[in-house]
Amino acid sequence: MNVHTGIGASILRKEDRRFITGKGNYVADIKRPDMVMGVFLRSPHAHALIKGIDIKVAAALPGVAAIFTGADLAADKVGGLPCAWGVSNADGKPMKEPPRSAMAVDKVRCVGDAVAFVIADTVEQAREAADAIEVDYEVLPAVVGVLDAIRPGAAAVFDDIPDNTCFDWECGDAKATAAAFKNAAHVAKISLVNNRLVGNPMEPRAAVAEYDAGRDHYTMWTTSQFPHVVKVLMGNFVLNIPQHKLRIVAPDVGGGFGVKQFLYAEEIITTWASRKVGRPVKWVNERSEGFLSDAHGRDHVSEAELALDETGKFLGLKVRTVANMGGYLSTFGPNIPTNLYGLLLAGVYTTPAIHCEVKGVFTNTVPVDAYRGAGRPEATFLLERLVDVAASEMKIDKAEIRRKNMIDASQYPYQTPVIVKYDSGDPKACLEKALEDSDWGGFAKRKEESKARGKLRGIGLCTYVEACGLAPSRIVQSLGARAGIFESATVRVHVTGDVTVLIGTHNHGQGHETTFAQIVSEKLSIPADKIEIVFGDTDRVQFGLGTYGSRSLAVGGTALAKATDKIIAKGAKIAAHMLEAGEGDIVFENGSFAVQGTDRSKSFGDVVGAAYGLVNFPVDVLEPGMEAQAFYDPVNFTYPGGAHIAEVEIDPECGSVDLVSYIAVDDIGTVINPMIVAGQLHGGIAQGVGQALFENCVYDETSGQMLSASFMDYCMPRADNMPNMEIVTLSTLCTHTSFGVKGCGEVGTIGSPATVINAVVDALSHLGVSHVDMPATPSRIWRIIHNSANQLRAAE
Amino acid sequence: MNVEMTVNGKTVKADTSPSLLLSDFLRENLNLTGTHVGCDTSQCGACVVHIDGVSMKSCTLLAVTVDGKSVTTIEGLARTANADLHPMQLAFHHNHGLQCGFCTPGMIMSAVDFAKRTPNPTEGDVRHWLEGNICRCTGYQNIVAAVLAGAAAMQAQAGG
Repeated sequence: MNVHTGIGASILRKEDRRFITGKGNYVADIKRPDMVMGVFLRSPHAHALIKGIDIKVAAALPGVAAIFTGADLAADKVGGLPCAWGVSNADGKPMKEPPRSAMAVDKVRCVGDAVAFVIADTVEQAREAADAIEVDYEVLPAVVGVLDAIRPGAAAVFDDIPDNTCFDWECGDAKATAAAFKNAAHVAKISLVNNRLVGNPMEPRAAVAEYDAGRDHYTMWTTSQFPHVVKVLMGNFVLNIPQHKLRIVAPDVGGGFGVKQFLYAEEIITTWASRKVGRPVKWVNERSEGFLSDAHGRDHVSEAELALDETGKFLGLKVRTVANMGGYLSTFGPNIPTNLYGLLLAGVYTTPAIHCEVKGVFTNTVPVDAYRGAGRPEATFLLERLVDVAASEMKIDKAEIRRKNMIDASQYPYQTPVIVKYDSGDPKACLEKALEDSDWGGFAKRKEESKARGKLRGIGLCTYVEACGLAPSRIVQSLGARAGIFESATVRVHVTGDVTVLIGTHNHGQGHETTFAQIVSEKLSIPADKIEIVFGDTDRVQFGLGTYGSRSLAVGGTALAKATDKIIAKGAKIAAHMLEAGEGDIVFENGSFAVQGTDRSKSFGDVVGAAYGLVNFPVDVLEPGMEAQAFYDPVNFTYPGGAHIAEVEIDPECGSVDLVSYIAVDDIGTVINPMIVAGQLHGGIAQGVGQALFENCVYDETSGQMLSASFMDYCMPRADNMPNMEIVTLSTLCTHTSFGVKGCGEVGTIGSPATVINAVVDALSHLGVSHVDMPATPSRIWRIIHNSANQLRAAE
Repeated sequence: MNVEMTVNGKTVKADTSPSLLLSDFLRENLNLTGTHVGCDTSQCGACVVHIDGVSMKSCTLLAVTVDGKSVTTIEGLARTANADLHPMQLAFHHNHGLQCGFCTPGMIMSAVDFAKRTPNPTEGDVRHWLEGNICRCTGYQNIVAAVLAGAAAMQAQAGG
């Protein structure tokens, strides 16, 4: 191979061409012959009884093909949306799991709940008909905030769950933690909110469904991060379609960030409706509709306490969190504030005793599920804010208190007090590198310089650990997963030596078509441009669990490496036959199969040719062909970690926060393509900065109306809000994935909210400020500065 | 209403509804699906095209208002550079200025107009100009690098 296209090469992305020329194939671009358009009528009320739905006038309007309501689905025995992850209460009893029909039948539980699906020749006709539907609602009192929802007398989202509590979960050791607090020299406390977010991938969700009556077969194109899971959940549990009669295709998908990894009602209803109307049905979310129908993220209210000895060593951590589940349980909803949150609360510290209680609560809001980072940003934000508060109260340097409590590289594998066992890492190396690169020691001078310009400068530090590549199946099933969590890959070597890889993960911006080709390139010593990666089509790829939780490379990449190993093993058999040598004497090196210790060898191409050419092939002992599949069930999670440092400048006149610098030092294991990794880190950091400074999903507390349901009201970072970031990657190798990869898609979003807010609080610390809730908008900061100034004046 | 316009060099005549958006006309009537719709409120810029060489959000224009004008979409951009790819398209590829690719056509169309207006842009100029285009994947760092590189390449091409 002339040009290295294997591991470590920053080769340009194979998938770019279709996107830069406008030839991408997104679901909204798909047209089918005789296709009709679907529009959902959604509830304008957060909580209401449906007393009746009158579709008579609407159904008679021009172009209308059909109008369906929840009653039509129920009459046709369409099942409800399944929750794929159940958790248990502290007393061992299962969580409350109320049924969730695909379309509301007698009650709506959030603004945006679908009540009717209108199908017409054009979208405009469908919209006009939807407007003409009369729904008789009896409006009920709504609850929005989690603390309001668990107050006595609060409106019940579900009649049979009067306390709105889905689960009371716990992890860690309550007794040991209580004992640790008894011995504490100092206890630091914090109360904080982790605000509700909307993922907002730039491509709105969409679905096109087509029923082929001749074959009794369905095809559904959808904006999904995991088409095979949609096929299993929807076919098996909702629509009762045999798996061989259902094809799900997720073609080019314009960003996911978790939002597109759930089974959604719209996918079910368009698929069902395509058979009912006998024509292909297309539905495309409008953006404001997306705010009301995409699953949301975060939404925690927490109190935490950290017990320390007189030197600043952590003795114990106590956390109580109330987490919003929304109006229904989304696919993985209960898993996010429990297993993906509580089990990461040790962070990178040696805290010996931890106890965490999480109450999951129903409210009249959009369901909450995994959004980039999912639980881990919430854990990191809480812990790293608390550590800063402790450092400030005990007057210990913020870097020093972290250094003092960090797990040393020599202590790995490290068993935390909250179940998980980190296999590898070196948090101190990340911290020291970040301190050095940020000139932590020179900050005071920069602060003075800012002050001279009338600005308040702050520096923020955050360390973190993440659990990626959800695994192994037996562990996640013990934690409540209702399926296995593994991945599959098939390597198909064509007669010419070109390779097609069929993989169960999904590429929606992560660069899989390039990175996975690099793995095969490395293993088989063939150029990456001879390798094509196929994903997202259940008719082409046999099975897969999709892309979420930074699992693609750790789990999918390892499956791919194993499938490639099978190809090499098959090649060795063929080469042994060709070279008249023992199979055990064949070694595969630099793209050739050689008889060990001799100069006799056969090239990969020759061996492939023989596999299909069948020259003197002993077909009784050696099967022709060259294709191999591997399933890989990981033995542990992977644990990326790192240290981030940011500096902000605040303008006290208007409260605006300017992110001046950002340095991320991340230990993500082996890096396959540094260019792609840096890109993912940039994007992840920007999403975390978005939460810290801009983004907020706001509901009116009384009516339950969403007040931020457009890009005019929900502020996301734009180019002039972000600095150029400095990205450094360190690599302690994961001990159980191929090549030692760990995962990098979420680390930016996990590290950045705490980093930025720690910097904001640092800038305001002279005013006695110890915490600022997200987002740190100009109005919030302005109020803090002016209230503090007023208090100071009053005290004088 | 009858409209006639030039789209990517070809004359297009159509009888359209007066309320039809240009973005829908391009996508639905002409099958030019490279122009994307990401918001509904003219905030995201995924739908940017050129009208007589000037970048505009096609979701904010009615198709009938473009009567008699020349429209260039991402599909026709390379044609204006007389090349397989426009220098700005190449710059996005070479600088990893895209991930999921959904905002990319609008970003590139916006960047080409910017580069024509701003001969020697600074990083700050680029960030300010891109205020009308949202990307959720890249954190903008590589987009900014791509636009600077693309602008330099366009200038070199124009000069040469």
